[in-house]
Amino acid sequence: MKANGKVHKYGDNVDTDVIIPARYLNTPDAKELASHCMEDIDKEFVNKVNDGDIMVGGFNFGCGSSREHAPLAIKTAGISCVIAKTFARIFYRNAINIGLPILECEAASDAIAAGDEVSIDFDTGVITNITKGETYNAEPFPEFIQDIIKAGGLMASIRK
Amino acid sequence: MGMTMTQKILAAHAGLESVKAGQLINAKLDIVLGNDITTPVAVNEFNKAGFDSVYDKSRINIVLDHFTPNKDIKAAEQSKTCRQFACKYDIDNFYDVGEVGVEHALLPEKGIVTAGDCIIGADSHTCTYGAVGAFSTGVGSTDMAAGMATGMCWFKVPSAMKITLTGKLGKGVSGKDVILDIIGRIGVDGALYQSMEFVGDGVKSLTMDDRLTICNMAIEAGAKNGIFPIDDITREYLDGRSQREYVEYVADDDAEYTTELTIDLDKLEPTVSYPHLPENTHVVTEAKDIAIDQVVIGSCTNGRISDMEAAYEILKGKKVKKGLRVIIIPATQAIYKECIKRGYLEAFIDAGCVVSAPTCGPCLGGYMGILAADERCVSTTNRNFVGRMGHVTSEIYLASPAVAAASALTGYISDPREVL
Repeated sequence: MKANGKVHKYGDNVDTDVIIPARYLNTPDAKELASHCMEDIDKEFVNKVNDGDIMVGGFNFGCGSSREHAPLAIKTAGISCVIAKTFARIFYRNAINIGLPILECEAASDAIAAGDEVSIDFDTGVITNITKGETYNAEPFPEFIQDIIKAGGLMASIRK
Repeated sequence: MGMTMTQKILAAHAGLESVKAGQLINAKLDIVLGNDITTPVAVNEFNKAGFDSVYDKSRINIVLDHFTPNKDIKAAEQSKTCRQFACKYDIDNFYDVGEVGVEHALLPEKGIVTAGDCIIGADSHTCTYGAVGAFSTGVGSTDMAAGMATGMCWFKVPSAMKITLTGKLGKGVSGKDVILDIIGRIGVDGALYQSMEFVGDGVKSLTMDDRLTICNMAIEAGAKNGIFPIDDITREYLDGRSQREYVEYVADDDAEYTTELTIDLDKLEPTVSYPHLPENTHVVTEAKDIAIDQVVIGSCTNGRISDMEAAYEILKGKKVKKGLRVIIIPATQAIYKECIKRGYLEAFIDAGCVVSAPTCGPCLGGYMGILAADERCVSTTNRNFVGRMGHVTSEIYLASPAVAAASALTGYISDPREVL
């Protein structure tokens, strides 16, 4: 599995309230949620994001609420992978459970700039910055979690 | 190597002799919880995967507390989805308007959650129940759906942070100040993926309400859960209340803790978290010139009877500052009734406050107290992120009920020790 796209970059502690503000949580509709994704810290995000783009954050990405609406909004907006130094734990679970690929990589988070073109090989964990001509290595997921991802998410994995 | 209290509960629920930090396990769940925002997404996943039964209707809890009584048509549709699901599967603990309270105040109050339990909830503040000696953690809607279907959940066994409490809290200082102080010291990711294990002589001086508040905000330091040891205060709270027999787990003497922290309760002062992160803590005396527009006293963090009492002690016979909106929300119907019985409601209304039925409402910017541009609120809730309670330029200062009530009298962030 591979991803390739332009980077949207944010800082540390990107919280679920800015990913999808609670005022929009009166619907579980993924498309409607995606139309408000990141709006409180980056009003232009929904206009400039293209299918396959990559989001990069710093430490503690996705902190705050347990709302699965957050990874769902990011995924539905077109993001193919989120790279961060660390993820808040509920966001981490939710992303795996719904099939939004995420990678923890401090070097990539530091070096990649907004607008860079980046490609990711999920089998090897290698992140290539095409714009800068650099590569970074992310930690692969434990096998247990890879099995959930391969099954197509948690519900598919328990249904087997 | 010994196990922490959290690790012991997880091992028992995974059917294993022992577990160690980092190990991935499947554990049996005693309680699964969702609310009116997270349950509709879970119901959708449950149905999509083709499930047609729940693992145990007596262990599933659906609590319509966030946008209820429904704030708009869409919120009403979400509640309807929850209601239909609860009816279809005959869910025992379904709480709708009239019986509903803020989930993390309601479940301990009813004795639904108890010591030794392994609990997941599709709400980040599910970590509250560590106060009664349970392993309890927040998850997402898909985890809730899988939990409802199978009664199981996967966990990575957390490493632990040992927080030793010594001494005793002073006047005007409460559990809220303890947890804000800790988050200020270690940061919003200071306990990421870890359990916060509270120990030490200071534990016995903390009431159950203090402990519930402290565990409630463990997530604001990134923790998987917070947990208190079982003592006479726990037993007194659970006996006659717990709906099931409870199990007391005790940490091994040689349990491993990756980090250790000691908090001297005697030295703690009323503490305030400045915008826009709970880690931006200051002692209240540093915050005294900050003018405010609104005060909120309530939520799963601080909407319990002792929080109402703390507000009452300061507000009784007084008037709130002219021009300030003061919103008080008892977290459950039982707390609301107790406030009526004790004369708190009359005192709050006479002081110029508005008292609402139980709801999460303003805490997450849902309704019932949304902030306009540039407005400032002192709130006893748990998060002060950008836009959390309204406009993106509004500001939230997190504090205890005592600080919030003292600030309600002056219109500035104020030290409760000066008015008590």
